[in-house]
Amino acid sequence: MLLAEGLRHRFGAVRALDDISFAVQPGQTLAVFGPNGAGKTTLLKVLAGLIQPQRGRAQVDGGRRSIGWIGHQPQLYAQLTVRENLRFWASLYDVPESEFALRKDDLLLRLGLQDHAHRRVSELSRGLVQRAAIARALIHDPRVLLLDEPFTGLDRMSAEELRELLSEEAAEGRAAVLVTHNVEEGAELATHIAFMRAGRFVQCAPRAGRGPAEVGEDYRNAIA
Amino acid sequence: MRMLRVGRWITAIGLVLLASVYVRALSFTPIEQSQGLAQKIFYLHVPAAIWAEMAMILVGLSSIFYLFTKDPRLDRFAASSAEVGTIFCAIVLTTGPIWGKPIWGTWWTWDARLTFTLFLFLLYVGYLLLRSAVPDPAMRARYAAVLGICGMCEVPFIHLSVYMFPTLHPMPIVLQPGRPKLPGSMLTTWLLSLGVFTLLYLGFVVQRYALSYLREQLEAVGEVGHA
Amino acid sequence: MRSPKLLRHAWAVASKDLLVEFRSRTAILSAAVFVVLVLVVFNFGRDPTAVSNVDLAPSILWVTFTFAAILALNRAFQLELENQSLDGLLLAPIERSSIYLGKLIANLVFVALFFNVPVLPYLVPLMALIALATVGFVAVGTLFSAMTVRTRFAELLLPVLLLPFMIPPLSWAVLATGRLLAGRPLSEIVGWLNMLAVYDIVFVTLAIFLFPATVNE
Repeated sequence: MLLAEGLRHRFGAVRALDDISFAVQPGQTLAVFGPNGAGKTTLLKVLAGLIQPQRGRAQVDGGRRSIGWIGHQPQLYAQLTVRENLRFWASLYDVPESEFALRKDDLLLRLGLQDHAHRRVSELSRGLVQRAAIARALIHDPRVLLLDEPFTGLDRMSAEELRELLSEEAAEGRAAVLVTHNVEEGAELATHIAFMRAGRFVQCAPRAGRGPAEVGEDYRNAIA
Repeated sequence: MRMLRVGRWITAIGLVLLASVYVRALSFTPIEQSQGLAQKIFYLHVPAAIWAEMAMILVGLSSIFYLFTKDPRLDRFAASSAEVGTIFCAIVLTTGPIWGKPIWGTWWTWDARLTFTLFLFLLYVGYLLLRSAVPDPAMRARYAAVLGICGMCEVPFIHLSVYMFPTLHPMPIVLQPGRPKLPGSMLTTWLLSLGVFTLLYLGFVVQRYALSYLREQLEAVGEVGHA
Repeated sequence: MRSPKLLRHAWAVASKDLLVEFRSRTAILSAAVFVVLVLVVFNFGRDPTAVSNVDLAPSILWVTFTFAAILALNRAFQLELENQSLDGLLLAPIERSSIYLGKLIANLVFVALFFNVPVLPYLVPLMALIALATVGFVAVGTLFSAMTVRTRFAELLLPVLLLPFMIPPLSWAVLATGRLLAGRPLSEIVGWLNMLAVYDIVFVTLAIFLFPATVNE
């Protein structure tokens, strides 16, 4: 589904990616934990095709069409309504009209946005904006999800809801790569865990049933 | 650094030759009939103008190659050529009025050729400004390359406009279809001057390139910040 | 089927831009204010006995147009920056050129909306001149705005970079407009129309090729 082989990339003297290789199958979620500056965002951008790696390659089945990105930027146009935003992004992904109508209604319902769909994004509260951003990321039925610090700024409840949503998506067979510095938030969702530091994977293994606290412990041991 | 020394030598030789071209121009070349002494500036002005345009074309060409290869040396060359081109352009814009005052009675006129040399100068200034406004080296090189290519493509249109407008400026007598209309001795001086300016262009560019390379080394080590 | 998709996406980008612009109104307002100012200033400053309307008209026309265009140009990518959505556009499975074309179309529509100096009997050739000259510098301007929007002093840098590129099309257009308004025959203008067309083709093509370099890392 998603493959990375020998990725290397540097910005000037800084090695952002240093020989990164892994594979993610449908239904799996790889959580990459690491401190700021470890190269996590660069990794996601390379997977998404936004950056061409200097060495190695990254491949996502289906290309850009099958990628959905959820980051801390909503990528919604504040002056447009939720519905208009969804329609615009769907058109860039060539979602057929009938499919769009179905998915839109489904997503609005699941994310609790039905009553707000006609409102401009600028009028929505932060929590609703975040949900709209998720709807936008999912509107074209992406098979692969890339998540860049998705829990930033979310309160406990919203984080829990996001986790629920993501596990639903995983159950539907989507692959996901989640990067964050917040180990406790992300651990539960992961089927596989990697610790990243200075562009390298210090460790990469299946989670094997370890809970968030234990993973946190492992992380501190590995990275410290 | 060896390149820097080579550059300095070339420039030094160029300047000495420039002085000798001038001696030749002033003392050993006949005075032109209608314009008198002021015409002598033509030996300085025209080669400088030729290289001012050539430099922009070279900026454009190296920019095209840079976008394909991403080789930083090409970007360094483009930047150096642009700086040297700016200087030559400034020379054209200053020597022009020096000639213009005695001949036309005015330092400047919004005449086609002058205006367009001014715009070539603006192209250069814009290029240098863009470079200075982008701190990240990779982005800077990319953006500069885009602008450089556009600038190079703009030059023929600027040229084209010159021939469309009525102008006070003398029509080309050397670079024109047919044989140059310049008598022997003057032609020789002019050609010598062109050679000297070529040498000066090379010397300056090599020096600037070397300096820019040194600066990059220092920046990488953290000694110098981006200017 | 590649071509229609490119245009479809470009159109989606363009209509989105226009919709956002109309809802936010800032650029429209500043351009409108500017147009009014220019007309007022030119009318008050003018001595009716000294300069004939016909002589002044081309200059007013083009000055208004150019400044409205520059005001409009910055907004194209400023919009994406403010909404932090440029990455989203780059992530979508669309050609980079559709982003450029979409922005170009939106910019052109925008500029055209502000072109409200009364049009004269010489309608068709004037429209052609206007269209051709505008496409020329808006094409370059759209490309440059993609770069300047991420630099310091963006609002200042764009006009400075754009100035040398506006001069050829603008000067040809002003000359041709002057001739037209003075009642010269159409055949005299054709040469200028051709040059403008060549300029447009060259720079739109160039911009399409160069645009990816301004957004890709």
